[in-house]
Amino acid sequence: MTRPSALSAGPLRPLLGARMPTVATAVLLVATVAASAVLQDGFFTPYGLTSNFAAVLPVAIVTVGQVIVVLGGGIDLSIGTIVTLSSVVTVQLVAGQPDRLPLALGAGLLVGVGCGLVNGLAVAVVRLQPIVATFASSFVFAGLALLILPTPGGEVPSLVTLGYRQVIARAIPVPAVLLLLLWLAWRAVLAHRFGRHVYAVGGNEGAAYASAVPVTAVRLLSYVAGGTFAALAGFALLANSGSGDPFLGNSLTLTSIAALVIGGTRLSGGAGGAGGAIVGAVVLVLIQSLVFFARVPTTARELVTGAIIIVAIALAGLLTARGRGAGP
Amino acid sequence: MTERLDTGRRAGGAESAPDTAGRGGPGGGRGGPGRGLGRLTGHPVLLAGALAVALWAVAALISPGFASYPQVLNLLTVSAFLGVIAIGQTIVILSGGEGIDLSVGAVATLAAIVASRVMEGSNANLVQGILFALVAAACVGLVNGVGITFFRVPPLVMTLGMIGVVQGAIRLYTGGQPKGSVAPALRELVAGNTVLGIPGVLWLWLGLILGVLWLLRRTTFGWRVYAMGAGRRTAYLSGVRVRRMVLGVYTLSSVFAGVGGLLLLGYTQSVFLRLADGYMLPSIAAVVVGGTALVGGVGGYLGTAVGAVLLTVLGSFLDILQIGESGSDAPRQIIYGAVLLAVLSVYGRGRRLRS
Repeated sequence: MTRPSALSAGPLRPLLGARMPTVATAVLLVATVAASAVLQDGFFTPYGLTSNFAAVLPVAIVTVGQVIVVLGGGIDLSIGTIVTLSSVVTVQLVAGQPDRLPLALGAGLLVGVGCGLVNGLAVAVVRLQPIVATFASSFVFAGLALLILPTPGGEVPSLVTLGYRQVIARAIPVPAVLLLLLWLAWRAVLAHRFGRHVYAVGGNEGAAYASAVPVTAVRLLSYVAGGTFAALAGFALLANSGSGDPFLGNSLTLTSIAALVIGGTRLSGGAGGAGGAIVGAVVLVLIQSLVFFARVPTTARELVTGAIIIVAIALAGLLTARGRGAGP
Repeated sequence: MTERLDTGRRAGGAESAPDTAGRGGPGGGRGGPGRGLGRLTGHPVLLAGALAVALWAVAALISPGFASYPQVLNLLTVSAFLGVIAIGQTIVILSGGEGIDLSVGAVATLAAIVASRVMEGSNANLVQGILFALVAAACVGLVNGVGITFFRVPPLVMTLGMIGVVQGAIRLYTGGQPKGSVAPALRELVAGNTVLGIPGVLWLWLGLILGVLWLLRRTTFGWRVYAMGAGRRTAYLSGVRVRRMVLGVYTLSSVFAGVGGLLLLGYTQSVFLRLADGYMLPSIAAVVVGGTALVGGVGGYLGTAVGAVLLTVLGSFLDILQIGESGSDAPRQIIYGAVLLAVLSVYGRGRRLRS
């Protein structure tokens, strides 16, 4: 049922231990990157890479947040509205002045943590069903975002937007470096006791409880982590777009769920990881831009994108269900 | 028969509230059998109904117009659309296996758009329009079912992905600009007065409520749905053809969403690209508020119908409070979410791990 035993003893062991994305995810990544290289002019130039990584980063960050929540056996349907709310708070506080940046970023991060705390309390302490509880809280967060910034606007210091699109040493785009940092942050979470506890709780709550895992605290913290990553995604979106919008991140909720499934994380919790989820985010964003570059007629674009995503999910689901792994 | 059903459900979460009350004992819910509130929390249908009436009474105190007969009828009419769309959602969730249908809103929109284009404002095309719309809806449901059974995609993700496909299909079909208009007969059927000013849609909803209750409680199909919700493997070993049932359940869900979209079309009389998209998550909220467990096998449609009324009363209650007069939707949204959380925390809670 779990890993093939022949592989787990051999030299491939560390590779499997690092929770590589599933075969299907890897195939999808290769296919989308190859197709992009063919269809998208200058895909491998510094400019092309920068703009692609710039678009991927926010999606990837939200997805990592969602992965932590899902691994712990929950789901966060409000994560997109948390992105919006913290980005709106940040953009209003910074008001285009670079010297107010630390204050604004701190406040935005606090908002993310606070929203995650609200979700975590509702799910872990009050014991509401995650789907409906976070759906309800998404109304609160979206409403607050609309109160703070009723219409699109606000200004991000050009220092941030220009810095975000810098290319280091003519080859490495800044967003790519940040993506690497994101993965390292995930590895840090995984290395900590909390990471293992999340897998334990998502895999089998009762068994985790019996093994003295602080289940309530772990679930609560998983939502706080989700909210924190959502706030970071908000910053990335702001740096990419340059201004605020009261609906900026709302659609990311559904994108994050699709990306993590493509990346091989099991929706019922306990199996999967952020490495695959990041790849899933890359695949999703590339599919969207591919449909644009393939000169699909405007009216058919949405249908084609939707159909490709379904096929990708089905492909990933088919192979994940077979090779269902346990924890890290 | 009752015995068989009862074994498949947790005590207290059942729709047959009077039965449990009569037996007393284990049906008392978390709060213990002795206290009034405790007993009420064991019966979500009663609780949701009581909450709806209480909310309505408070609203009537603040704004006397709320209690007027036409206003009550209007409230129920608006509830009917959510109620009908949530029929399929209830069946899907009851059937278990992490069952959920996020595509109901998009499917309802699709049905309305197809119907309006085929009808072109003429009664002669009424039957054709309804047929085309429901077939289109059924196709979406069938694809959902195939993805879930044969490709083992989790229902949440499959139906989520289908939203994009359906919206894309709508865009391709309409070119971004919905055409046609509703047949007068459909408008008459939905909004036309019958006795005492009761609009036709309420009779339709009443008929559907009775029909669905019968379907779930008195037919083999219904028993199989509950059996699947209680445990897929057990159901399979007991001779339920699980795959075929899953296909049927998701197709049925889309068809009911299509019916809801048609009723909505008769009510609004015009279509736009996002007509019913907003019904997606409220339909799930109505099911949960009505006492159906998301794990499946526990609950029923009566609770969902009451839940739909409760959510609608809550929405219009916030409307009459007229918060945020500047035309902003924000405070209304915030309170809606907060109240929903409060309502859920009264009885939508899971069990303690220790127990």
